[in-house]
Amino acid sequence: MSFWEKYVFSTDHKVIGLQYMFTGLFMAAIGGFFVYVFRMQLAFPGISVPGYGEVTPLAYNSLVTNHGTIMIFWFAMPVLIAAFGNILIPLMIGCDDMVFPRINRLSFQIFLLSAIILIASFFVPNGGFGGAWTSYPPLSANAEYNATPLGAPMWLIAVALEFVAFLLGGINFITTLMNARAPGMTMYRIPIVLWMIVIASILFMCSVGPLIAGAVMLLFDQTLGTSFYNPAGGGDPLLWQHLFWFFGHPEVYVVLLPAMGIVAEIMATMARKKLFGYKTILYSVIATGILSFVVWAHHQFIAGIDPRMANLFTVTTLLISVPIAELCFVYIATLYGGSITFNTPMLWALSFMVEFLIGGITGIFLGASGVDIFFHDTYFVVAHFHYTFVPIAIIGFYAGITYWFPKIFGKMLSDRLGKIHFWGTIIPFNFIFIPLFLLGAAGQHRRIWDFSNYSDLATPEFFNLRVIATVSLIVMISFQFVFLFNFIKSLRSKEKAPKNPWDANTLEWTADSPPPHGNWPELPEKVYRGPYEFSHPDRESDFWPQDEPGPDPDDPDYKSGYSPDSDIESSSTKA
Amino acid sequence: MIEAYLERASTYAGDIDNLFSVIFWIVVLWGGLAEIILFYFCFRFRKKEGVKGQYISGEEKHQKKWIAIPHYLVLVFDVFLIAGAISVWYNIKQRLPEPDLTVGVVAQQWAWTFIHPGADGVLHTEDDIKTIDKLHLIENTTYHFELESKDVLHSFSVPVFRLKQDIIPGRKITGWFKPIKKGEWDIQCTEICGIGHGLMPARVHITSAYDHQQWIVQNTPGSSGQAYASASN
Repeated sequence: MSFWEKYVFSTDHKVIGLQYMFTGLFMAAIGGFFVYVFRMQLAFPGISVPGYGEVTPLAYNSLVTNHGTIMIFWFAMPVLIAAFGNILIPLMIGCDDMVFPRINRLSFQIFLLSAIILIASFFVPNGGFGGAWTSYPPLSANAEYNATPLGAPMWLIAVALEFVAFLLGGINFITTLMNARAPGMTMYRIPIVLWMIVIASILFMCSVGPLIAGAVMLLFDQTLGTSFYNPAGGGDPLLWQHLFWFFGHPEVYVVLLPAMGIVAEIMATMARKKLFGYKTILYSVIATGILSFVVWAHHQFIAGIDPRMANLFTVTTLLISVPIAELCFVYIATLYGGSITFNTPMLWALSFMVEFLIGGITGIFLGASGVDIFFHDTYFVVAHFHYTFVPIAIIGFYAGITYWFPKIFGKMLSDRLGKIHFWGTIIPFNFIFIPLFLLGAAGQHRRIWDFSNYSDLATPEFFNLRVIATVSLIVMISFQFVFLFNFIKSLRSKEKAPKNPWDANTLEWTADSPPPHGNWPELPEKVYRGPYEFSHPDRESDFWPQDEPGPDPDDPDYKSGYSPDSDIESSSTKA
Repeated sequence: MIEAYLERASTYAGDIDNLFSVIFWIVVLWGGLAEIILFYFCFRFRKKEGVKGQYISGEEKHQKKWIAIPHYLVLVFDVFLIAGAISVWYNIKQRLPEPDLTVGVVAQQWAWTFIHPGADGVLHTEDDIKTIDKLHLIENTTYHFELESKDVLHSFSVPVFRLKQDIIPGRKITGWFKPIKKGEWDIQCTEICGIGHGLMPARVHITSAYDHQQWIVQNTPGSSGQAYASASN
């Protein structure tokens, strides 16, 4: 196979997964550069930012807009869903590839095209679109208002294409999980990460339709002069907000669920524990998914919707804390009675819990309509959703990549460098966003080019907080080079990774590291039990691979001591 | 807690701050407890030589209760939060008390025009006083505001009032506030509205009825020959 066939036009799910991952990381680097530039402007207004230059208001708007757009649509989604979904689904259910490999390739090609269009939009006259990632009309609909006659439609086309790519990918994920499982891989034996990715794909599929329709209408408003959102022509700007957030809120769970799935796999493996209530997790996730469709207007409490509507959405929004809290409890309970190894993947997984909890509970302030009157569009909101999205996208990615690196690349990452990178990321992360909570509580509003113009916000104390956030950001970004170094160093090292370095149970660890095209010389014959049979008292070894012939401890007929591997010490380990 | 950073200058600022504090202590209790248990488990169940993990499925009744009980408690707290949130919301956004005066607010890219009733105390009459980027209010007076936009979405935000309301072109949105403190503070636009979004600061000036009367006399169009009040006030 030529290089082109193998790496560029491949239909191999792992190669497509890696294409998604590296494209996503490249985009994340752009998004990270953008945040560096505008945080510099916020902390030191008017300076010439090293590596960029002076930040004009027009450029500032474009930087914040595209930072948000990139991090959600071109980093979180491709890396968490597309990359891990592509790599993990066939390997974990024991099949040789996705059921629609060519659609899979098409999905990535469309995604790549969308990324190119977005990047190109930064270089057209007047630069990229600057009307916020939510793109509310009439600002987004009319070049006279947004001053980016080319940037705005290009942004919109890029986003719409990205949705098409993920629809194709999602259909593939759902179909593969339902149809290509190895014999014996029953519904309750599917690793939880795959459930999460597939439920996320279903949520995406159900929510994105209205937005694609909305995007086409917005494109018509921009380019053909229609008035879907223009009040002067009989349209309604609020219509877009409903279409956008009807998608936009489920989207939060679309990226959250894969990250939570990754964390679950790692926590079970590294704590040597069965997940506490597999079915509880599964049904909580489904409940969260359903509820996520009826909370969207909490983004619009003060947008001019009928004030009575806010009451309904306050109720649904606060109710979603129930399944999410349940998920957090279950994860914490999984640690109980474990034998926890604190290696790099586990540190990332645990830090996900620690940080995401903060993100979750600060959301309650915003879901409560009364407080949201004050907090809406302040830095409190910014800090809140970064406490959810950074754990999801950045921590979730690092957890996943450090855990599956041996399988994907066939080498081991350095644990020592991994830990340096971990602490160098987690500590500054908190120092970026805690000051932003305080600034938000003081009434600092979002998307402002220079706070010097607001006397109440231009005090030296507040500027100190902004400087702390910016400096912490720079520290955090610098530590990412440790990861890059570790990544390259490990890839070049001669030492090969074993098949199953973490003693995990799931099927991907039975394939070679890295698995060849087709994954196994012969596909796994049969799956005998669930993926989390760790530390079973009837066994000497503390794990029990899914494909190892033998009984299923979840089987109602299972009797203690039934296992062929059973040994005398079963009574002593039952503690 | 918020008042440590930001003064309260409207009747309902205190309600929002109190609701914030209630939620704060609830989430500190829950979040703190969850974090402490998480850290404790990490410490208590760290890997020790020769100790195997326990085998707990979490599917049995006596195990499930550890999740079920906190989960019902969350629901109970949610009911309180919902009740608190809705009552504050109702008071600020849904209820519209009878006003003493009405002011007009017109937002555009990128400036605010405030329309004050003149000596007759009625808005939309000939003696209205228009100002740019300065809103003049009387302490302890119930106001209605009428928001209008000339172009895109804007949002009328007065942090010391804890008030925020988006402005939609083509609609007139009415709300209320009652200032309770004399002073001068920021008004912000909190909905991105184009290049100058960060450059449309305005100020609210709250004075006594007597001072406001003086201001009206000085700025009534015709009497001093100016259509727009001077910015020096």
